[in-house]
This record gives sequence, structure tokens and C-alpha cells, in this order.
Amino acid sequence: MMTKKLIALTGDQAAAEAMRQIEPDVVAAYPITPQTEIVMNFSQFAADGRVKTEMIPVESEHSAMSACVGSAASGARTMTATSANGLALMWEIVYITASLRLPIVMPVVNRALSGPINIHCDHSDTMGARDSGWIQIYCENAQEVYENIIVAVKIAEHKKILLPVMVCQDGFITSHAVEGISIFPDDKVKKFIGEYTPEHSLLDVENPVTYGPLDLQDFYFEHKRQEAEAMKSALKTIPAVLAEFNKTFDKSHDLVEEYKLSDAEVAIVVLSSTAGTAKGVVDELRKKGVKAGLLKPKFFRPFPKARITKALSNLKAVAVLDRSDSFSGEGGPLFSEIKAALYESEKRPPVIDYIFGLGGRDIFPEDIKKVYKDLQEIKKTKKIKSPVNYLGIRE
Amino acid sequence: MANIKELSKIPERLTGGHRLCAGCGASIAVRQILMGTTSPVVAGAATGCLEVATTIYPYTAWNVPFIHNAFENVAATISGAETAYRALKKKGKITKDIKFVAFGGDGGTYDIGLQSLSGALERGHNFVYVCYNNEAYENTGVQRSSATPKGASTTTAPAGKASYGKPQMRKDLTAIVAAHNIPYAAQGSISHWNDVVTKSQKAFAVKGPAFLNILSLCHRGWRYRQEDTVKVSKLAVETGYWPLIEIENGKWRFTYRPKERKPVVEFLKTQGRFKHLFKEGNKSVLDEIQKDIDNYWEYLEKLVRAT
Repeated sequence: MMTKKLIALTGDQAAAEAMRQIEPDVVAAYPITPQTEIVMNFSQFAADGRVKTEMIPVESEHSAMSACVGSAASGARTMTATSANGLALMWEIVYITASLRLPIVMPVVNRALSGPINIHCDHSDTMGARDSGWIQIYCENAQEVYENIIVAVKIAEHKKILLPVMVCQDGFITSHAVEGISIFPDDKVKKFIGEYTPEHSLLDVENPVTYGPLDLQDFYFEHKRQEAEAMKSALKTIPAVLAEFNKTFDKSHDLVEEYKLSDAEVAIVVLSSTAGTAKGVVDELRKKGVKAGLLKPKFFRPFPKARITKALSNLKAVAVLDRSDSFSGEGGPLFSEIKAALYESEKRPPVIDYIFGLGGRDIFPEDIKKVYKDLQEIKKTKKIKSPVNYLGIRE
Repeated sequence: MANIKELSKIPERLTGGHRLCAGCGASIAVRQILMGTTSPVVAGAATGCLEVATTIYPYTAWNVPFIHNAFENVAATISGAETAYRALKKKGKITKDIKFVAFGGDGGTYDIGLQSLSGALERGHNFVYVCYNNEAYENTGVQRSSATPKGASTTTAPAGKASYGKPQMRKDLTAIVAAHNIPYAAQGSISHWNDVVTKSQKAFAVKGPAFLNILSLCHRGWRYRQEDTVKVSKLAVETGYWPLIEIENGKWRFTYRPKERKPVVEFLKTQGRFKHLFKEGNKSVLDEIQKDIDNYWEYLEKLVRAT
């Protein structure tokens, strides 16, 4: 049994603690609420000599990601962190990072994307970046934030993957709430992630490489095809990395988390911290004899379609809780993808969407109970009155 | 002073076969700049003619490690590479001494890349930033930039019945950069190769950021014959249109002073972009341009005296 340290940390501090143990070669970051404490805490680690990381205190998020590209292309293990408008400002380079196949790990503290301006949690920032070629992991609590950032380094740098990773946590709800976090020993983390030795480096002056060339009709398509294949095949490689992590640290990470789903009739699909609230409701309903369950996708990119289909197809009714709207008029992004995943399934349960919590609007167990109540009605009538609903709103 | 015999021994770092126009000032500028150091160099470029024409996949004209990221961020990108270099050197993973250089056009430097440049200068990275300045967005078809001079006709500030072209003066970027109190900043012109190479040597030698603003003509945008690039560049210097200055640790200095500054019309009349200024009714604009140049020269003289 490994010696574990239990300390009180917020989600932001947990992220900074993971970064301290990873000790990247370079961190280029710009502060933005509610990510700020990650950068502040990590800067202090650097200032105190607890990490040898070179900091680049850039003048914007656009330059943060740009500097990360230069650094990662140079063969340095590179990290940054952001939120909301900061992610939006680095948008252009977020795509370039993925296309250059640079394994940058970026904690993202989910926050509503302006406008109107709002600093609180929803997923409109990272959901917009779901097609940028980054792997996305969504965390339920600070413990998951800590662990996922460590495993993300190994996933990003895996020779068969080489894609950047966003590790997402809910702004304020997770980032600023204090939890007891179990911390692994430094040497064990360092041993797990190992040294970063890329195949090519911009600093290899003996073997000069041109990064970011103009890629026209002749090759652009093939390169994007390779990028798509990298993401697709990552779905096969990630479970092996997770297994290695689980074995090393005595954990049980997976692409998705199924909660009391095996015999469930109705279930909610939800990402991040709300899964915690919903699990409490499931427990309560189970005591009353309701066969309720929950599915928490941990990876949204790559999209673990087979696992999701398998987990949901036997249900009588499914509700998706979306913490962002897609403004398609047809519900949130999670809803669209869950529905699409079930389309090819022989058994297709009715699926209903609830958009909730935009701009940090709290979601209560009562709201979630209402969703399960609706699901039982759908189970009975086999009919959905309104496919897209807004939860916890004045209308 | 650079010795041409010695310079000829430096291997070509930007090879031939790229697709820049014949008579393009940019490749001349790059080759002169890269003669400024014998150390290994890592180069970056902003999106623009230089990048587009030298790196069409699967070909590259660069014999040194090269990175292109986007339009407005070559300074930030190179700052990342330079920081990675320091981090990996500290760890003993790299032992060589490497120099870093970023190339941006005037659009990528004066306009969209100004914030990225300012940030990198303020942070004090050890790199040379080179603006290959052709005074417009030439790559996308001659649109005005803040480096475009007063009176020039471009596709987004064209001359017409109600316009004499760009009404504003160009931005004084070299002074803006100098205000960052970096160890070295200078302006050069490819016609004065020895001056450019010498400035490049100084820029690579200093510890910290250095900036070179090199007038790198574009005959397509400026509309003169392609074989006249050096001739027109020389006139830019001889008329005082493009003063050859340097700011070394805060001290302003002319590195070349024409014995007698020729009238600016000698320069303007060589180019189609100013052709309309010689039509009836625009004499006052020509006078204004001459006045601007005289005033700016006087301003520089004051700076030289004051520092």
C-alpha cells in the first residue's frame, strides 16, 4: 500500500498541485477568473524554487497558447490553463496546437462564455472547443481534477496519440470549494509520467525541421485525416493508459462512469460536478424502489460512443443534462451526441434534454428529482412531450 | 563592419528554389540578417509572403529549424521556443548555444502582431525580431497597413477622385519598440547590405531582445520594375524617407547620413503607388510628405543629440 497524503485543497489548488508534481519544463499562462488560482499557486511554486519550470508570464491567452506551441515544438513538456473568454481568445491557436500534434495539457476551469459577461460555471467555453482536435476530460470533483491532470500528460504524450488535452472542472463549484484530496508521492507521479522525449524538436539544429508549413490542396486533407484517425484510435489507447494509472495508484478510472446503471430503468447523463449531486438523488430514489441510474462520460473527446450506447440502450428513458446550449434550437451538445450515438442501436430509449446551470445558476437535488419524475412518466407513456427543456429557470 | 569574404563562407540558411517573386526584398533581407551570426539559428515567421512562399508542403527552403504558427504571434511563438531552450539547457538536455530570430511583415508586426511583440520585448526574451517591412499587406494583394506611408495608393485605401490614397502618416514602430528599453533596435535597408549585416551582428550579440526594422521592397505592391529593388531602396535612404538609425542601450545614432538629402519626390516618382500624387491638384500632398520627412529627420537629430 502506497503512502498517501490527505490535504485540504480547492479544485484550482489541486490542479496546481498536480502541475507541481508534473513539473513541466515550461508554463505559459495568463490569469482569468476562475482559473487564476492555478496560475497564482503554480507561480508561487516556481518562485519558491519548488519547481524548476520556466514561466512565461504572457500578456494574453492568445500569446499563452502561441508560446506553448513554440515551447512544445521545441521538445519541452509544456502546460497552460484557462477559462471561458481566455479559451475563446486562444481559439485560433487551440486548433493549430492539435494539428501540430503537440501534447500540451491545459486545465480549463469551465466558465460561461460572454456575453453577457459572467464569471460563473457553465460548459459553453469548452463545448465550443469540442471540435478543435483536443482530448477533453470532464472532472466531477477536485480529486478527479488532480488525478486526471496527471494521467492527461501520459495520454497526450503517448506515441500513438500525440494530441493536446483539456482537463475541465466546474468553475467555482469545483475550482473554489475545498475538499480533502489524496495526494500521491512526488516520486511516484514523476516515475509514472516519465521523461518527455519527442521524436522531433525545433531545437535539433543538426536535423532542421520546418513546423507549420503552408499545406494546400495536395496534402491538407490527408493531414486532417491523420488528425481524425489519431483521435479515433486514441479511444483504443486511452484505456491502456488508464489501466496503467489505475494499477500504479490503485484507482479505477475509465472512459465513462456508470452509477447504479446495470439494472436501472431510467437514467441521467451528465458531466462534471452535477454528476455528484445526481448520484445523491439516485441513492435517495433507489431507497424508494425507483430503478434510477446515472452515466457520467469522463471523456467527451474522443467520444466513447460504444460505451455510451452499451450503457444506455437497455434503459426505458434517458435524460441528458446539458450545461450549455448549442443554439441550434435542438438542445445542447451532449444531447445531440448521445442521441446520435443511440441512433445505430437496435434498442433506442427515448431521450430528453434539460439545459441547466447556465452562468452558474445552481442546480438542486429537487431539480434532478423532477427530471427522474419526468423520466418515469416517459417510461410509462413512452412519449416525450417536449424534447428540449430548461431546468431551474424563470419562464 | 562585415567582411564580404567572411560572409560568403556562411552556409546559405534560406536556400534558393523558394517561390518569392524575382526582385522581392524579403528574401534579400532574410539572407542578410542570417549572415549576422555563425551560431545555430532557430527561425520563426508570421503568416505572410515569406512563410507562404518558402514552406509549401512538402517543400521547405529553410536549412535551419523553422516554425510558423499564425499571423499575429511569431514573437510569442519564438518566446516559447527560447524559453524551452533555457529550460532544456538548464536540465542539460541541450548543450549548444542557439540563437532565435522571428520574421514578420509589417502587417504581422505593426498591426496584428504588435501586442505579441510588445509582450515578448517586455519579458526580455533573448531573440532578434525582424520586421521585413514592405509597407502594406502585400501577400493578400496590397492592402493598407499602419506602415503604409501617407499618399500611397493601396487596395483598401486607394487613390480616387475623392482620395489621394492613405491620408495618415505611417506608425513610428522603431520608436515604439525603443520605448520598451530593449538593448538594441535599428532600421535598415537592403540596399545598404553592410549596414544591415552589421546591425544584425549587433542584434544577435546582445543579451535580451533586439529589433530590426528592415525596409524590404515589394515591386508588385509598390509598382516599379522588379530589377530596380536595390535602386529604389537606395533612394529611400538617400532621400531620408527611410533613415538608417540604431538605438543601442537608449542611445540614438545615425549609422549612415546622406551628404545631402535628395528631395523625396526622387523616391516617390519611381513607384506606381505614388503616381497619382504627380497629377494636378496633388502638389500639396507632395509638399506635405516632404515636410513630414524633414520634421521627422529633425526629430531624430534631437534624439541623437539628447541621448
